[in-house]
Amino acid sequence: MENCEIKLYALTTCIHCRDTKEFLDKCGVDYDCVHVDKLEADERRSLLEQIREANPGCAFPMLMIGSKVIIGFKRDEIREALNLE
Amino acid sequence: MNVEQLYDFLKKTQEEKGYFFNNDKSRVFDLLHGLLENRGQYGYMCCPCRLAADDRDWDRDIICPCVYRAPDVAQYGSCYCGLYVSKEWNERSIPHSYVSERRPPEKAFGKL
Repeated sequence: MENCEIKLYALTTCIHCRDTKEFLDKCGVDYDCVHVDKLEADERRSLLEQIREANPGCAFPMLMIGSKVIIGFKRDEIREALNLE
Repeated sequence: MNVEQLYDFLKKTQEEKGYFFNNDKSRVFDLLHGLLENRGQYGYMCCPCRLAADDRDWDRDIICPCVYRAPDVAQYGSCYCGLYVSKEWNERSIPHSYVSERRPPEKAFGKL
């Protein structure tokens, strides 16, 4: 799992998104973060269309680890998906 | 209204209704800052943990306190963002479990 792409879709005001970022940072995980609430309207629309199937509730944070999707801050699931101790 | 004023106002009015602020005060203040930021950006205090549609009428269900707070606190002891909780949740006499999004997908995606 070490080399797979890790992408976090988050909201700037969301506390669960912040928890997720802090957790990933603490674990030394490299990831790209997209703040969905700060995207321009067109960009936002197109992104939401892309994630709709994987995230039907449009909930954040949405973490993509390769093809695995984790919605919400779920420490144990993240640990497992990234093989963290 | 600044964040301290919002805290005092909501604490008084919401506790009377049986909804308590999370006893992690710094978390509460972060969430209140988020509410004020959303008010600045959208003109209404949308839940900080949800994506606003920038349409007050459409987002009426997620203006804080959201309409999902009552069933969420009844089921989990906490609302979706964790700003409001029950007394039992604060006392840790009930487990702190993950609160699933209750807002229907058609509301979440409808205007986005």
